[in-house]
Amino acid sequence: MNGLEQFGQDPWWIIAIKVLLVFVVCVVLTLFNIWWERKVVARMQHRIGPNRHGPFGLLQSLADGVKLALKEDLTPEKADKIVFITAPILATVPAFVTFAVIPFGPEVNLFGVQTPLQLTDMPVAVLFVMAIASIGIYGIVLGGWASGSTYSLLGGLRSSAQMISYEVSMGLALVTVFLMAGSLSTSQIVEAQTDWWFGALLLPSFVIYCVSMVGETNRAPFDLPEAEGELVGGFHTEYSSLKFALFFLAEYINMATVSALATTLFLGGWRAPLGLGTVWPGANEGYWPVLWFFLKMFFFIWIFIWLRGTLPRLRYDQFMSLGWKVLLPASLAWIVVVAVIKMTAIQGGFSPNWFLFGFGLAVTVVVVLGFLNRLPEKEAQVTKPTGGYPTPALPQGGAVRGAAQPLVFGPPAVPTGTNGVRILPSREEAK
Amino acid sequence: MSFVLLASIMVIAALGLLFARKPVHAALSLAIVMIGLAMMYAMLEAPFLFAVQIVVYTGAILMLFLFVIMLVGVDTSDTLKETIAGQKVLAGLLGVGLGTILIAGVGQASIATMRGLSEANAGGNVQRLADLLFSRYVIAFEATSALLITAAIGAMVLAHRERIDPKQTQTDLAQKRVTDYAKSGKHLGPLPPPGTFARHNSNDTPALLPDGSQSTKSVPAILAGGRADEGEDE
Repeated sequence: MNGLEQFGQDPWWIIAIKVLLVFVVCVVLTLFNIWWERKVVARMQHRIGPNRHGPFGLLQSLADGVKLALKEDLTPEKADKIVFITAPILATVPAFVTFAVIPFGPEVNLFGVQTPLQLTDMPVAVLFVMAIASIGIYGIVLGGWASGSTYSLLGGLRSSAQMISYEVSMGLALVTVFLMAGSLSTSQIVEAQTDWWFGALLLPSFVIYCVSMVGETNRAPFDLPEAEGELVGGFHTEYSSLKFALFFLAEYINMATVSALATTLFLGGWRAPLGLGTVWPGANEGYWPVLWFFLKMFFFIWIFIWLRGTLPRLRYDQFMSLGWKVLLPASLAWIVVVAVIKMTAIQGGFSPNWFLFGFGLAVTVVVVLGFLNRLPEKEAQVTKPTGGYPTPALPQGGAVRGAAQPLVFGPPAVPTGTNGVRILPSREEAK
Repeated sequence: MSFVLLASIMVIAALGLLFARKPVHAALSLAIVMIGLAMMYAMLEAPFLFAVQIVVYTGAILMLFLFVIMLVGVDTSDTLKETIAGQKVLAGLLGVGLGTILIAGVGQASIATMRGLSEANAGGNVQRLADLLFSRYVIAFEATSALLITAAIGAMVLAHRERIDPKQTQTDLAQKRVTDYAKSGKHLGPLPPPGTFARHNSNDTPALLPDGSQSTKSVPAILAGGRADEGEDE
């Protein structure tokens, strides 16, 4: 019938285990992602990053979390107490709930019970994610309002305006996926990607989704709600201790959620990548798919981190016009194209896949080339090295070129470690 | 069982909507009622309606309400003022009338088991809804969307303002600043932030200039104007 019969058949203890697993995965992912982000950004900036607590500094975020929880919990005098306390909870709970419909793998044997590696599925699973995400926005708006501070209010309004705007283009990018899969349930969308990933078939949708997912999660270069120079900390300016930790948790889980959704909808979900399944049939069975799923998800999270390490923040009006004037009409036009190609294919009795792939690729290449072509049009700014006001004098011999010096810590007397990094002995060791 | 739980939560939230003193609390109670309603739809095997109820009503419309309440800053004193004479009495009378009609109507209905749901949902709730929307009710569906678009465009036309002078770009503004500097010596950069080199970083502490004197430009006019003790407007 719907292909959803495999859900809702589990005994209660299997459901309990799955709920616990989803919760644990979300929290551990957050801890790992924070560490990973700090490590990758540090490397991009010629630093080492956290390396003190645990192997490779892996326990750094745990230590930070404990420290954050033990800090003093301030409530501003002007705050609306009830809403002030409710807001972080309202932001965090939906973040966890959305993970309920993400398929981590196919049907597996979990403690002797055949069950899909997914908490639940429903005929409207993707819409469910959008709906729950829109409840999560309440947490941010209310947090901003209840703080009783102008910075918080402006940050909250900005943040929610941004999330609502980008949810529109995100939803429209998903429409083509629904058109091709013929379903809104996540497990069936994965099922429909047996031969073709929708990321290849619907390349423009994929690109639009990727841009809007960065906007949706308030991450750099779209992290305007947290523009420090303008708004201090944005909506969480007045929050401290555990309440702030909850907002932090929600942000990182949301990042994982949109990555998981992108994996599920565009990169074949838990299916083995690059045709591995045809060479090795076991790749799509048992617990192996969990590995593929997380690899693909971490690919997206790595892109988030890469963007943050690379791009400066956008101006607010430019950001909004990108969402409403570029992404929105583009996805509408692309929906029409997909619908026409699919309808023609159904009536002509041929497969639409190669047409869609070719068309999508052509459109994307044209757009990307258009961007590349536009960049050199602007003349390179020539700075005369005169040293007059307002330009300071350049160093002798022109601008500094080439890479920075390699990372060296401590006096050269300390022998180099196995990884080529010298580390100063700690105080106890020095004694 | 779940109906009783959900219904009692919804009734409490609905009462909160009526009796909450702050408009934002009332709007939040409304949000709870709407989410409860969505859950009711889910229980009645209408999953699509469940998602749409949350996305459209809770996510979009109520958010708009909240924006307006927060930005306009509706106060408790405003909401309790009677603007039309006899409004309270009239509202009470009409409310009682509506209640009577509802109780009479619902009381007359005989509650039996649901019929026809499995037929209506045959082949999937979403698929059947799509079938109906795009075949039998396609005119109504398109007419509704045309109406909504008309309303949106109408709002835009009403809010539109014709630009008289050309828009200044960032380059123009930068050039203007430099020209001003060349002409009058007005400082190029932003104003000194409050608290620079001062003993406090509070907004009403003036920044100290390099020679030790205080910079009046660094304190916002609203604070310098003797309202420092009030902070933001209530």
